[in-house]
Amino acid sequence: MPANLPARLCSLLLSLLLIAFALPAFAGPFEDAVAKFANDDFSDTEEAVGVIASSGNKLAFPIISALQDGRLMADPDSKKVYVTGTDGKSIDAATGEAVASVPDSASAVRLNNRLRRSVDAALGSLTLQSPDVGTRLQAAQSVFKSHEETALEAVDAALAKESNKSVKTALGEARAAILLFKSDATEVEKLEAVATLKARGDQEAMALLTGMGDQPASVTKAAASAISSIQSSLAVWSTVQNAWYGLSLGSVLLLAAIGLAITFGVMGVINMAHGEMVMIGAYTTFVVQEVIRTRYPGLFDYSLLIAVPLAFLVAGAIGVLIERSIIRFLYGRPLETLLATWGLSLVLQQAVRTMFGPTNREVGNPSWMSGAFELGQITITYNRLWILCFTLAVFAILLAMLRYTALGLEMRAVTQNRRMAASMGIATSRVDALTFGLGSGIAGIAGVALSQIDNVSPNLGQSYIIDSFMVVVFGGVGNLWGTLVGAFTLGIANKFLEPVAGAVLGKIAILVLIILFIQKRPRGLFALKGRAVEA
Amino acid sequence: MLTKSTRDRAASFSRRGVLAATAGLMLGLASLTGAKAADDTIKVGVLHSLSGTMAISETTLKDTILFLIDEQNKKGGVLGKKLEAVVVDPASNWPLFAEKARELITKDKVSVVFGCWTSVSRKSVLPVFKELNNILFYPVQYEGEESERNVFYTGAAPNQQAIPAVDYLMKEEKVKRWVLAGTDYVYPRTTNKILEAYLKSKGVAQEDIMINYTPFGHSDWQTIVADIKKFGSAGKKTAVVSTINGDANVPFYKELGNQGIKAKDIPVVAFSVGEEELAGIDTKPLVGHLAAWNYFQSIKTKDGSNEKFIKDWQAYTKNPKRVTNDPMEAHVIGFAMWVKAVEKVKSTDPDKVIDALPGIEAPNLTGGVSKMLPNHHITKPVFIGEIKGNGQFDVVWKTPGLVAGDAWSKELDGSKDLIGDWVGKKCGNFNTKTNKCLGSGS
Repeated sequence: MPANLPARLCSLLLSLLLIAFALPAFAGPFEDAVAKFANDDFSDTEEAVGVIASSGNKLAFPIISALQDGRLMADPDSKKVYVTGTDGKSIDAATGEAVASVPDSASAVRLNNRLRRSVDAALGSLTLQSPDVGTRLQAAQSVFKSHEETALEAVDAALAKESNKSVKTALGEARAAILLFKSDATEVEKLEAVATLKARGDQEAMALLTGMGDQPASVTKAAASAISSIQSSLAVWSTVQNAWYGLSLGSVLLLAAIGLAITFGVMGVINMAHGEMVMIGAYTTFVVQEVIRTRYPGLFDYSLLIAVPLAFLVAGAIGVLIERSIIRFLYGRPLETLLATWGLSLVLQQAVRTMFGPTNREVGNPSWMSGAFELGQITITYNRLWILCFTLAVFAILLAMLRYTALGLEMRAVTQNRRMAASMGIATSRVDALTFGLGSGIAGIAGVALSQIDNVSPNLGQSYIIDSFMVVVFGGVGNLWGTLVGAFTLGIANKFLEPVAGAVLGKIAILVLIILFIQKRPRGLFALKGRAVEA
Repeated sequence: MLTKSTRDRAASFSRRGVLAATAGLMLGLASLTGAKAADDTIKVGVLHSLSGTMAISETTLKDTILFLIDEQNKKGGVLGKKLEAVVVDPASNWPLFAEKARELITKDKVSVVFGCWTSVSRKSVLPVFKELNNILFYPVQYEGEESERNVFYTGAAPNQQAIPAVDYLMKEEKVKRWVLAGTDYVYPRTTNKILEAYLKSKGVAQEDIMINYTPFGHSDWQTIVADIKKFGSAGKKTAVVSTINGDANVPFYKELGNQGIKAKDIPVVAFSVGEEELAGIDTKPLVGHLAAWNYFQSIKTKDGSNEKFIKDWQAYTKNPKRVTNDPMEAHVIGFAMWVKAVEKVKSTDPDKVIDALPGIEAPNLTGGVSKMLPNHHITKPVFIGEIKGNGQFDVVWKTPGLVAGDAWSKELDGSKDLIGDWVGKKCGNFNTKTNKCLGSGS
């Protein structure tokens, strides 16, 4: 039948075409959702995340975790979406097939904060049963945060299988958070939820309880009592927290002031360039880190340990130089010393500005100095903790040095009675230079630590000079223990005043208190007794 | 000598020849004096701190003006004359700003000055510019409440930065509780006053607003960050609006990162943190925190103007990593406007240029065209950017069109009826209710 053949062919072709066109329609909601990533529109991305997370597709987890890490690439031209793995291999996100390379026109799918929250929530319910304990704990916590009803089933399933105690608690809390906001949960379930949150007892639990909206009367009542009990325990913790912050601020003040306690306190030189020694120490840290970054990236975590002795040497050498070239001509003339060192501080600032540029320099935190841990209800950051330990160590070493070494003995002799010491055969001018160098070197070490919490700019020193003088004068000139007690007293007083009076008024109040105190005890907390005072 | 020898030679020529020679000589002389006049340059004053606290921000702006002058001179200068920069260093010292401004205008005879960063430095030079009648282009976002005849404000007024940022947080992030944190000086205090009035007009209750001020260069943020955390745990979405200035930002962001406050929990939107400031911090813990500006380095333009500007700037500074930022763009726009106005009136006379400037349009670096308004502020687009891991910003929102800068805030009782209009009313603080110009007394 020759006449039939073309017709048959036609119908065959037609049906083939039909199948070809119909294929995308069969592609299903999952593939459609994946294609939405290519639209570069935040609402489309959010919709896609929702659909994919609840699709049950095994590609859901790789896609959403890639989205979170910025490894999900979308090509706006072909509307294709790719997951690039951490190992450099890529797959087509819609089919899961491996692809040789991602086209150049593809770019990472963008996120904003709202999306990051929904990605976290989606990943949370997807990873609740992950084999890794840490991932499960994180998943439970992010479900707790998002507390969306859809996650309840996943939480219940995970709870039934969970054996780890802390993950189990976190899951229980996540479940409580969901039930509290679920409109059709029973009163009993809700009361249990309130009890669970009360046991958690932190700010986030309180946030949930205060923001839970309309509830049955019994639940509202239970929540109110839970809130007041959490509040009273948090009030205690906030006192502990203030004390910790005070210690931490005190350690920074002490660190900045120890060097000055030697140059000003022990030698009596009004050293306005002290802050600049701190700054030089911070810039030494920057240089050390730059060298490490370019040459030995593996050593980055040790950068501070390397910087400490170097900063001591650099700042100390500059200190000796200053003493030899300027200050030794000005002993006994405090006003000239003040002006000369102040001028010097400007010179040093501008020198650093010319060498390194006026902008801030990036000094990184080594991994052991980043982040924080929770102690009860307070957050303790590692950098502050290390700085406290470091300060106490520097203080102890300095004290031991003055007490037990020959140089320390000579220093004390010279500062107590210069002429007598000279008669005993001590080279007083050499001791002066070394003492000033020691004070400057310690200021340099302080710079290494301060580079971790403040910005490294030519102005770094300025912000510490007044505080340092305050601490030394308050603590008692010429007494290292006075500096220690003075620094911690001021730190703690400041931190207890700050929440009440605000940072600006708090600082003013501290200054007024010190002025009043100095009126009563002009020599500070621990006044030196004996002949040194008259000298 | 020249005339004598010419005459000697002329004697051997015919009368006609003498005439021609004289004519030629005169022409030559004319062209010589003409050439001498072309050697004269137009002087442009640059009044930015190159030392002291503000050097960190202002040095870049000095470089920007030098770069723009260099580019303009390559194109043949202005009115056939080359531009010459006169750079002075007011050293972050406010009274010195006034002295240096006087020096620029009276001694160096500059035609225009580009300068200042802090509001207090601007207020310090104002009387000088009024008295000596010169022009100042001020490139930094500021608190508004000012419109002066001699000053052109190319940075953002509060309605071009603060208000749109708050709108974004309200709409996109559904923020219900607000922390207004700032450094204790005039810009944050006025901006926060405006924002507080604006938030209340949007139905935000007093107990949902926390206002916090810190001293300049504040470095111990532990208590305040803990307070923000506590304030944010009241069951309502919370955000921080930061007018924290300069150096204090780095320790603030470090503390936020260390205490684990992520942008998805409590976002911080900053008005003084740009590409330059981020260059000094590891931005990975800050990803997602926001900034509101009228320009970001990362903005892609269809005509490639931003890309070209960045390339030329990096080539000029010989630093392939040098960043660009919002106040730089303000100088680019201001400089282009001044050049256009000078070319329009064919003079650098300040009075003529001041009158010519309103209405002048110049392309901004984000693909639009900004216009100088009668109140001496300009129209600008507003962008909200999220901090990325590489120290740049990703634009997540922008205003549909350009926003006209308000000299006087509509949110404050004292200024809502005032307008600045140097074209029709010839007045910087005209009260539209009473139809009176308040004059310079207020």
